Amino acid sequence: MATVELRFSALPEHVRTARLVAAAVARRAGVDEAVLDEVRLAVGEACTRAVGLHQSGGVTAPVRVLLTEEEKQFSIEVGDEVPHAASHGVPGEDGAAVEEPEPEEDEMGLAVISGLVDDVEVSADEHGGVIRMSWPTASATVLP
Amino acid sequence: MDLSLSTRTVGDRTVVEVGGEIDVYTAPKLREQLVELVNDGNFHLVVDMEGVDFLDSTGLGVLVGGLKRVRAHEGSLRLVCNQERILKIFRITGLTKVFPIHTSVEEAVAATD
Repeated sequence: MATVELRFSALPEHVRTARLVAAAVARRAGVDEAVLDEVRLAVGEACTRAVGLHQSGGVTAPVRVLLTEEEKQFSIEVGDEVPHAASHGVPGEDGAAVEEPEPEEDEMGLAVISGLVDDVEVSADEHGGVIRMSWPTASATVLP
Repeated sequence: MDLSLSTRTVGDRTVVEVGGEIDVYTAPKLREQLVELVNDGNFHLVVDMEGVDFLDSTGLGVLVGGLKRVRAHEGSLRLVCNQERILKIFRITGLTKVFPIHTSVEEAVAATD
């Protein structure tokens, strides 16, 4: 079970709340202070992307964020509930009216995440998409 | 924290001082400000980011949009930023090659190319 689970209406004003909560839980879990900015930015990008997908897809379900403190790492999962064409190429390619939000911005968000986080995994299926990210905690690193 | 914006004119440049957090919620405010400035004929902008605490890809998108607008009028958009955590985002996305980034407003205002 997640250490902290957050569900919020897919609205831009709540993304900041998700960032603050994620950073607070990460700090408590022992993520290095120097890395907290990255955690904050990465979770913000993931939530922004999920909000955009929900809004453009007309999905009323909340965006969910799972913050999990593990033995040597801290992990974050941000999930959307927008059905993605599972491994059938680009959504909408077959003529189906799948609305994607501003593809450029969406890609920039993912670019920031993959540039920031070493351990990241993006997956999507017919039920929705998930971005999983993790960071080592203090117990896993040797302090000088 | 919300976004704060103030503008002033220095010679033929318009300096936009931005403070607070630029994210998916606040970025539209910055976009409006940049669009308004360009519509009013201000084509040489300096965006001072020294008071920015947080910037995400939505904010980057707005800055790129501003750059496109001023370039359509043969203008310029320069940034002022010394904060490593903000500069890092520009580096990750390759935008350090797109925006001239200066260490002070004075330097940005004096820059010609």
